[in-house]
Amino acid sequence: MRTTAAPALLAALALAFAAPAAAQMRISLGLQQEPTSLDPTSDATAAINVMLAQNVYESLTTVDSSGAVQPQLAESWEISDDGRTYTFNLVQGATFHDGSPFTADAVVFSFERARGEDSTNPRKATFQAIEEISKVDEHTVELTLGNPDAFFLFDIAQGPASILHPDTVESNASRPVGTGPFMFDAWTRGDRLRLVKNPDHRNAENVALEIVEYRFISDPAAASAALMAGELDAFPGFPAPELIAQFEADPRFTVINASTEGEVILALNNARAPFDTLEARRALSHAIDREEIIEGAMYGLATPIGSFYPPHGPAYVDLTGMYPHDPDMARQMFEEAGVLGDTLLLRVPPFPYATRSAEIVQAQLGAAGMDVRVENVEWGFWLEEVYTNKNFDMTIIAHTSPNDLSNFARGPDYFYGYDDAAFNDLWASIRTEVDDEARFALIREAQEYLADAAVHGFLFQLPALGVFREGVEGFWESQPILYTPLSEVTVR
Amino acid sequence: MGYFLLRRTVGFLATVLTITMVVFAVMNILPGDPALTILGIDASEQALAALRAQLGLNDPVLVRYAAWIGDALTGDFGTSHSYRVPVSELVLERMPLTLSLAIGGMVATVLLALVLGIGAAANHRKSGDWGVMFLSQIGIAVPSFWAAMLLVLLFAVHLQWLPPGGFPGWSDPVAAVRALILPVAALTIVQAAVLARVTRSSALEVMRLDYVRTARAMGYPRQRILWRHVLPNALVPIVTIVGLQFASLITGTIVIENVFYLPGLGRLVFQAIANRDLPLVQALVTLFAVIVVTVNFLVDVIYVMIDPRLKARA
Repeated sequence: MRTTAAPALLAALALAFAAPAAAQMRISLGLQQEPTSLDPTSDATAAINVMLAQNVYESLTTVDSSGAVQPQLAESWEISDDGRTYTFNLVQGATFHDGSPFTADAVVFSFERARGEDSTNPRKATFQAIEEISKVDEHTVELTLGNPDAFFLFDIAQGPASILHPDTVESNASRPVGTGPFMFDAWTRGDRLRLVKNPDHRNAENVALEIVEYRFISDPAAASAALMAGELDAFPGFPAPELIAQFEADPRFTVINASTEGEVILALNNARAPFDTLEARRALSHAIDREEIIEGAMYGLATPIGSFYPPHGPAYVDLTGMYPHDPDMARQMFEEAGVLGDTLLLRVPPFPYATRSAEIVQAQLGAAGMDVRVENVEWGFWLEEVYTNKNFDMTIIAHTSPNDLSNFARGPDYFYGYDDAAFNDLWASIRTEVDDEARFALIREAQEYLADAAVHGFLFQLPALGVFREGVEGFWESQPILYTPLSEVTVR
Repeated sequence: MGYFLLRRTVGFLATVLTITMVVFAVMNILPGDPALTILGIDASEQALAALRAQLGLNDPVLVRYAAWIGDALTGDFGTSHSYRVPVSELVLERMPLTLSLAIGGMVATVLLALVLGIGAAANHRKSGDWGVMFLSQIGIAVPSFWAAMLLVLLFAVHLQWLPPGGFPGWSDPVAAVRALILPVAALTIVQAAVLARVTRSSALEVMRLDYVRTARAMGYPRQRILWRHVLPNALVPIVTIVGLQFASLITGTIVIENVFYLPGLGRLVFQAIANRDLPLVQALVTLFAVIVVTVNFLVDVIYVMIDPRLKARA
């Protein structure tokens, strides 16, 4: 046996020297938007959730790539027969990145904070629906809702429902601490943010990436150059559809066109003339040609919608044929409504999908005899003048939240100016219907109702275009919720 | 000189104070609600109200302005609405990059412009002169962001000699300098083109003067005449333009920092305005104003130094 000792020793030495040389698996990701805070429970900036939800922060529940709710920090739950009381059984042995244990106290604290008087949670309404929340024991939490809510388990999977620790909650805006598979490492504001793998995570053995670096690049040409120069491995939310063809043609890259929850609408001000009448709104629906808008504004990379529900959803009905494109009929209908030739104010926020669509909408309505004045405005201006003061006839905006048919039940103060008791009742029954098939039937009814009332010009579903270097795998090909989880991502 | 300094200092303070008032007024007139920008369009009215109260947006404008001025005088520029950290921390961490860009751009501009401008004047109506005039015409015509994109395509994407953007920080000086070469080049092209033309025409004017002809007649070496006798007397218009250019270099960094995704003050102010982050905008605009006014002040002092005749008038 002595004769084998030397080769074994050599092999061991070789391993010892080879081990440190083995490269850590790292990835460099481009992001267009840079958040100003890293706390998703007090700031709605999408980039916070894209980077940190599911990676640094975790919630009681999670949502998989098909949009189905799955357990996360709650390993199971029971719902009472009246659909109002939830008992969550929490995972045991999970810890926060600073070493503090995850227990029922953190859950109660996070939810109490989110529904409190001073709460600035972007989804405060979700938490205010909780009547009571209490700790049963270290690993069990019970809460009671005012009314049954079919979307509750989905809503508490979102970034604003992240579970935080009372000791670190104040510093999360610049030093996030969660329970997720990656830990915050460094943030050079304006430039990059780095995460490192959390070796103590309960799923750590299945996580391949060691280092994740996000680079903030807002300019589309610069984003494209950074990918071409090999500075980035991937750009999950690539900002420029016009540059996608060049990456599709290049064998060094793959392109993913993921469907999102973002419905792009030509929103009409239902509270003032001319779109306070059904005839005028229907005339507009006949005047717009979605295919032409998608071709011109999105380079063909989007799916048309005929109502307000994503085409990949389980209750989708295709209503794109309800108002065939017909400028002559539209003109006649505008005339019958007594508004033909009126000037319409189209105020457009500074997003490429909106500004490009606006020009085409202007031309299409022009062909139907309407005079459209396009005003491109800055985001702060849009929020105040369009969203708050409702000073517009039309605008173009993507609604990116899941389950946002609720927008149409927000009453006359919401910028749609749409107030319809029948729809409010319909939405209330959707929200409280906990049986899936029955709820899907109601959601189909709601889509048909909104399309029939032609509340807005429903345009297309916003795609999430991702460009990935060859060898980068494991990113989701759909985006049913605002996450970009990295646990399954590998780099070759 | 003492009176001159006093007068300039009073003017300086008045300018800065006026600028802070204008910025405060504009940011309040401008439509836009910081709370809505932060919490998004799905936020409930209650959450928005809670945030407005936390940010102190409910006080009257004049009260807020007075509080701001009071704090600023003690060196406290407040807390950023959107970043929730002290404004001074944000500004200080980004200042080195923007100053490196602006100073690097200025040094490169001056060196390039003096060599090309004096060279062109010395070779008046020869091929060297035409070459400089032609190149500077192109330099003036090309917008800096476009020049930046062309530089990236050539040196970062095709040749891969230099990074396409980003800034690794000064802890790694070699990488930092490499990261700054293209942005500084993009900033320099336009500015150097303008300054080279000014230098050329100013030098040509001086070269027609009698003392230069005398020096030539006495057989002084050509280079010595140019650099020791022509240049100093041609400097007044050059210094004026350099002073103006420094101000436009500082604002030029806003564009260049976006194209090269550099974490500098330009991008910060851009983002701060979009977020309606009043304390941050206020501090940054005041800082830019101070820089510009200081540079103008230095230009005036340099005038006096290079042209003793002005001392009597001052």
